[in-house]
Amino acid sequence: MTRLLASILLVFGLIAGTAHAGENLGPEVPEALGPPHPEGNAYWRANHMKLLLHDRDLTMRLGEREIEASLKACVTCHAQTGPDAVPIPVNESGQFCAVCHEFAAVRIDCFQCHTASPDVASVRLLLRKYPDEAELVAFLEGMKLEGTDE
Amino acid sequence: MAKTVYQELKPTARFWIPGLLIGAFLIAAAWAVYQAEHYGHIVTGMNNQVVWGLPHVFAIFLIVAASGALNVASIASVFGRAAYKPMARLSALLAIALLAGGLAVLVLDLGRPDRLIVAMTKYNFRSIFAWNIYLYTGFFAVVGAYLFVQMARGMHEKWVRRVGIVAFLWRLALTTGTGSIFGWLVARPGYDAAIMAPLFIAMSFSFGLAVFLLVQQLLFALAGRPVGAGLIHRLGRLLGIFVALVLYFTAIQHLTALYAAEHADIERFILREGGIYTALFWGGQVLIGGLLPLVLVFHPAAAARPAATLLAAGLVIIGGFAQLYVIVIAGQAFPLESFPGYEVSSSFFDGVVAHYSPSLVELALGLGGIALALTITALGAIVLRILPQELSDSALDPTATAASSNAA
Amino acid sequence: MKLPALKTPAKDITEISRRELLRSGAALATVALAPGVTLMAFGGTPAAAAPADPGRRWGLLIDVNRCASDCDACVRACSEENGWKLDGNPETDAQWIRKVDLKDRETGREVSLPVMCQHCENPPCVDVCPTGASMKRADGIVLVDKHVCIGCRYCMMACPFKARSFIHEPLEGQKSHAPRGKGTVESCTLCVHRVDEGGTPACVEACGRTGNGAMIFGDLNDPESEISRRLADYPSITLREDMRLNPGVHYSNL
Ligand code: HEC
Ligand code: HEC
Ligand code: HEC
Repeated sequence: MTRLLASILLVFGLIAGTAHAGENLGPEVPEALGPPHPEGNAYWRANHMKLLLHDRDLTMRLGEREIEASLKACVTCHAQTGPDAVPIPVNESGQFCAVCHEFAAVRIDCFQCHTASPDVASVRLLLRKYPDEAELVAFLEGMKLEGTDE
Repeated sequence: MAKTVYQELKPTARFWIPGLLIGAFLIAAAWAVYQAEHYGHIVTGMNNQVVWGLPHVFAIFLIVAASGALNVASIASVFGRAAYKPMARLSALLAIALLAGGLAVLVLDLGRPDRLIVAMTKYNFRSIFAWNIYLYTGFFAVVGAYLFVQMARGMHEKWVRRVGIVAFLWRLALTTGTGSIFGWLVARPGYDAAIMAPLFIAMSFSFGLAVFLLVQQLLFALAGRPVGAGLIHRLGRLLGIFVALVLYFTAIQHLTALYAAEHADIERFILREGGIYTALFWGGQVLIGGLLPLVLVFHPAAAARPAATLLAAGLVIIGGFAQLYVIVIAGQAFPLESFPGYEVSSSFFDGVVAHYSPSLVELALGLGGIALALTITALGAIVLRILPQELSDSALDPTATAASSNAA
Repeated sequence: MKLPALKTPAKDITEISRRELLRSGAALATVALAPGVTLMAFGGTPAAAAPADPGRRWGLLIDVNRCASDCDACVRACSEENGWKLDGNPETDAQWIRKVDLKDRETGREVSLPVMCQHCENPPCVDVCPTGASMKRADGIVLVDKHVCIGCRYCMMACPFKARSFIHEPLEGQKSHAPRGKGTVESCTLCVHRVDEGGTPACVEACGRTGNGAMIFGDLNDPESEISRRLADYPSITLREDMRLNPGVHYSNL
């Protein structure tokens, strides 16, 4: 239940956040596909490196494939699609995994090995399946009502 | 006997030419590092068959020579020979500098030198390589402490001796570790031998002393301070003993291998049919690095002249490189025998002698390591009281006791 | 937090019952959308997805008699699957798997067989690696953790099978499931990304497709598996048995 509430707060927070994007000190972060992170943007902004490294070891060492912070997944949700309908690599200047890092003068080597473009097929899948934000909000609203009924 | 007076090296006009020369080598090495970093190891001659190349030959030479360079100091404080005492500081400084040069080459040749921090924080204790990382960093600490107790005012002689003993034992461990990097590679017939460890210790004695002789001569010439012919003669005789020791262990290494049928092929390769490797073995290691220096330091007519001993030291260094080249490269070029009794062929060079020709990038990197070692030595001698004011024979009375010469 | 796996691939999100969504909670938002891996939430393949299981030991059995000397289907499949290729520099290009032609010096018998990482039980590469990047998973698969590899190449010196390659040049266009990059060492992973999801290595699959069926993949610890039964019934060897590495790759009729 708390998780649910958190996600609702998050969704509203997101909307509010985009409205005030101009006031942010950090760089403008490109939009992502798919549902946002339940822990919130602030949490992910601060902790994504730790999560990535932690979960990376789960996959590499233990064979655990269903990890939360999968680089493959980051790329799928966070890659922009260019005008030619081809995904833009996330590490290109101005793209998701580059904006903040350029801003904060951080360098990451991940994309020397990991591909920075999602498999086109999975993006399509994602695009097709993903309900638009309003739909999701309405959906969650409905659940909230249902939840209070109980 | 007069007190030994140590004095900083004054950077005079004489330093210009050697300084510029060394600077040029350092710049060339920086270029080489950039090339390998930017384009990858494709710019080197190394490949998937010969994975360790010229940089490793240089690095191992410098690391092995580093522990050997400490000999002079050990002789003075561990074995109590006062005549060697005045050179002990230089000996320790040179040891540190050579190790730094060698490690720099080793690290800069890594595929991911940017991950050095990983190498320093993640250890696999089953790996002799990881143990070596401790041995190397420990060597800096121990020899640094050794240099400190030698130079500290009012430090009691017993401390110099104690730290000197630790440093001596440490350097034995270090060379054993370096030799074991190869000795424990059971997969490769050219390496798989316990004799590698003592062989490397003998090599370190020999290469280290040869480098010491030349560097001492160079620094004193630059400083315009005298070095006695008697001293060079004595060090030369010592060098001769070490050279003989290396030849002896080499002979044992190959005789044992010849005796075991499974190693007969690699022995035939190195001793008879290996082309460049055979030439380097007999011509480089045995003749230039072994027999000629022995003649130069033991033949009465030659040994009387310091120039002959210095030439011998130079030849030992050349022979040392040849020896390491044969050990490192030929051991990899020779095909692995995964299918005994079969003729083997594939797209991956199975069953054939692997090809390797070192590139300029590798040479520049390796020479840069030497330049770095010399730079550190020279800078050390400039800022610290490392060099005695003179090393003339009259100043070095071998009959004096260790204690009476301990004055700074 | 895992999402309920839905069996029908093309199910639209609106069809997911509210209950299901509720049960999965907001984790929907995060875990879910890794392609292949987690898209199952929205209807991908439900994976076996057991993490590396210490009870298993994955291995291969290669029947040399069935391996055709002019066939390199396994090599091509591996190259395609993992994104490496022979690119005009045979000395420096990576080769995770290669065909080796053998001719018996005594009898003249000629055979051909694929050689890849032998996934040893006592791998020398793992012993010598200074940082622990070379590693053996609990299920016996030997891997390079390229996140920790410093590119020292000591493992290549130690491997008796020349199974490993060093990446000599910057790369582009890697496969998303097989990241590779300059300055690190790599080798056959036994297609760990497939195995973790209950699949079979690409080479084995390709070999099966040619009709030769020279390669069998399976769990050496499971006496009921096909590979174990074959090994129990017919003679086979492993390479360099003298070194007591106990490779997971077995060859029969060699
Ligand atoms: C299921 C799709 C999805 C996946 C997978 C995903 N994200 Fe996100 N992420 C989002 C969405 C949606 C947002 C909200 C974007 C916004 O605020 O516009 C977001 C926000 C973020 C933010 C905060 C951005 C900001 O504006 O402050 C960071 C950082 C982030 N993600 C990192 C990652 C990383 C790292 C990964 C991989 C471990 C990852 N994400 C995986 C969908 C995803
Ligand atoms: C909202 C801004 C933001 C976005 C978007 C973002 N990062 Fe970061 N990332 C940072 C900051 C800031 C740091 C530095 C943190 C520090 O040094 O403490 C960082 C550090 C990292 C690090 C650790 C680097 C190091 O060597 O310490 C990794 C790995 C990383 N990010 C991966 C990613 C990936 C992959 C993405 C894209 C999916 C991404 N980040 C997107 C802000 C961001
Ligand atoms: C030298 C190559 C290399 C580099 C650089 C590299 N990785 Fe990886 N990474 C790999 C390989 C190989 C795998 C294993 C893929 C598999 O088994 O599916 C992997 C797997 C992963 C995984 C688990 C698979 C997934 O995406 O879900 C994560 C997470 C990951 N890496 C994160 C990172 C991060 C973060 C960085 C940068 C700080 C990074 N990697 C840099 C090679 C690399």
